[in-house]
Amino acid sequence: MEVLFGLDVLNSTIRLSTPLLLAALAGLYSERAGIVDIGLEGKMLGAAFAAGAAASVAGSAWIGLFAAVVISILLSMLHGFASITARGNQIVSGVAINFVVAGVAILLGQTWFGLGGKTPQLRGAERLLEIDLPGIELLSDIPLIGWLYSGLLSGHGILVYVAFLAVPITWWILFRTRFGLRLRALGENPAAVDTAGISVSWGRYRALVICGLLCGIAGAYLALGLSAGFVKDMTAGKGFIALAALIFAKWKPVNVMFAALLFGYLEAVGIRMQGKIFPVIGEVPVAMIQALPYVLTVVLLAGFIGKAIPPKASGIPYVKER
Amino acid sequence: MADQFSKAAPAIELSGISKNFGPVQANKDIDLVVEKGTIHGIIGENGAGKSTLMSILYGFYQADSGTIKIDGNAIKIPDSQAAIAAGIGMVHQHFMLVKNFSVLENVILGAEGGAILNQGIALAKAELQRLEEDYALDVDIDALIEDLPVGLQQRVEILKALFRGADILILDEPTGVLTPAEADHLFRIFEQLRDQGKTIVLITHKLREIMAITDDVSVMRQGQMVATRKTSETNVEELAKLMVGRSVLLRVDKDEAIPKEEKLTVKNLTVKDDRGVVMVDNVSFGVRAGEIVGIAGVAGNGQSELMEAISGIVTPESGSIHLDGKLIDEYGSADPGALRKRGMAHVPEDRHHVGLVLPFSERENAILGYQGDDAYTSGMFLKMDAIEADARAKIEQYDIRPPVTSLKASNFSGGNQQKIVLSREMERDPVVLLIGQPTRGVDVGAIEFIHKRIIEMRDAGKAVLLVSVELDEIRSLADRTLVMFAGKIVGERGPGASEGELGLLMAGIEDGEEKHE
Repeated sequence: MEVLFGLDVLNSTIRLSTPLLLAALAGLYSERAGIVDIGLEGKMLGAAFAAGAAASVAGSAWIGLFAAVVISILLSMLHGFASITARGNQIVSGVAINFVVAGVAILLGQTWFGLGGKTPQLRGAERLLEIDLPGIELLSDIPLIGWLYSGLLSGHGILVYVAFLAVPITWWILFRTRFGLRLRALGENPAAVDTAGISVSWGRYRALVICGLLCGIAGAYLALGLSAGFVKDMTAGKGFIALAALIFAKWKPVNVMFAALLFGYLEAVGIRMQGKIFPVIGEVPVAMIQALPYVLTVVLLAGFIGKAIPPKASGIPYVKER
Repeated sequence: MADQFSKAAPAIELSGISKNFGPVQANKDIDLVVEKGTIHGIIGENGAGKSTLMSILYGFYQADSGTIKIDGNAIKIPDSQAAIAAGIGMVHQHFMLVKNFSVLENVILGAEGGAILNQGIALAKAELQRLEEDYALDVDIDALIEDLPVGLQQRVEILKALFRGADILILDEPTGVLTPAEADHLFRIFEQLRDQGKTIVLITHKLREIMAITDDVSVMRQGQMVATRKTSETNVEELAKLMVGRSVLLRVDKDEAIPKEEKLTVKNLTVKDDRGVVMVDNVSFGVRAGEIVGIAGVAGNGQSELMEAISGIVTPESGSIHLDGKLIDEYGSADPGALRKRGMAHVPEDRHHVGLVLPFSERENAILGYQGDDAYTSGMFLKMDAIEADARAKIEQYDIRPPVTSLKASNFSGGNQQKIVLSREMERDPVVLLIGQPTRGVDVGAIEFIHKRIIEMRDAGKAVLLVSVELDEIRSLADRTLVMFAGKIVGERGPGASEGELGLLMAGIEDGEEKHE
């Protein structure tokens, strides 16, 4: 039971969910605006490398974060150029970004640091450290609430709070602002936006900037918060799990949070199950647990858990009629 | 508001507008004056340049040369934003609506009135209320677009334009998707708008609409504006002649039918749709060799499902169909391929989805459904030369333009696409010919040709079953007319039936008495 529901697992769930949540929200902005983004993985990896390299050279985690965001937005703009301006195939562009980044990060890492593709180990101010939420002392006397507050909610890196705050903010932007209304319309019927006299390209580029920003934060969190530096292939498919979470959540912000938490939880449990021997079952096949996010998504797509209908225009380059 | 003291400047004044797309001259030196507060029709065949001209006016394209004046002021329209600012609103043929947005969200899109929606929404609601009352445009503003029938979706488009302060409304083929009743309602809305000082430009290729609703009419042919008339001073024959450049037979010449034995027999046929709703309800009739039986009715009263069942696309719930005296049921389920072999040719209602594969070439489309035939295949290989020769012959015989067998079907105009389908189905020497909406989206010149071909098929002894929502078409072609309402055949009339008589039957009113369903 401890393995499944202990404070340790729940804390770990929050930490592991954070990059998934950020990346899935990044994908949400992009896909809701009609651009399929299979390159979340690549952008996150690029951002993680930039964060690790810059933080180690400059000696500051904040500069690392800044570098991560810049690199990720640039990659996002590359994807934008290919799929919006050049009207290319969005899947191909995304896959290309994934491959190019995976190679270039190791190449540059080896050239600059000579550590076999890693960046140097980060210490102290080079990392984003955990912060304690205010008022722990006051609340700690209250049973359960105090325990939850100090044990679970407090004591995470700042980017964890950023990620979870991004959920209500995203909801508000999407459904309560002009920008959000136009963004959603872009993903469903860009021609309606165009004939209303609004630029489709400009709107989609802006969505991709936000996508890049969030992916950058996700990557920075991997290198500066979850680990202490960049290592080869450190995203390990998180971009794809984020994409699965996005589909699982039916492209809705609050659902995205729960999907990310669920998939993060499965990952946390999977890690703790490693090598454990249970009565009757024997050793739990960890690969099965790791595959669960994908299995659940496929089950959803097959129509067993409601219906996942993507934004209608996603993946289709916009070309004016006639 | 129009200047009340001197004669107001025209709402739209175009002079010398030209536009080329590569070697194609879509608009050639066009002059057009549309007076304020009038309904101005622009008529022309498909590809005459009507839509290009209106796209220039709405800022989708830039004219290569020429000037645009709105309310007497010369302006440039580089994009749709500028057109909207100049008071021009457009209702496109294919609606520019976001399906899973509410009516309100669609209306305010692009005119939200502030970065945060709340501010704009309250104002928009009040304004919409006013517009709906002023112009009798009732729509539930909180309904989702996908839940609304097409007629209402169109009203949303009109509301969208009015909400942006449009004084000039351009409507591109607005009645193409509407039932006759919805179209009538739309025309009443036009009149209301005109009476309140709005200017309406109606693009259409239906002569009837021009005569029914417009004040003035301009005719386009091959990229040029060939004439402008007061509608009251012209007639259908003159307009048709101007459109096509030659006289057109609007009424089809045909001899009396000489029907022979029954080739198609439908008995107690019942068809349900995917949802299990009965769409064809215990229908029985026959079609004899050498006659055209027309099925009239407002779209959605079961005609489509009837055709699908007879052509073997769907399996009927109960009842029987005999083709040339033999029962169709030997496979126990729908099998259009087997039926084709037995002489059932089918020109489907929806040529884009059922009749053609749009990205395929003309010659491939010309053998679609018959590709396994010995004439076109030997073993597992297609006989490319035979297919090419066959396509050439059909192009010549049916005057399909452009005469290029390798051109994708999607690059042909509506009329020529229909001719591709007709040539394929008619040249197979069928026993029974099923034709759904033969002239939907087809220009006048091609309509004449298609009607003639249908009569020729009849005279050649084919049994022809014709389904059309165009009452005129049924009345001029059919030797017998069956009227469908709510899945049932509610009446049969001979060739002389009046429009009013059939119209009453189409509304479900039989012998002066309303049918209660």
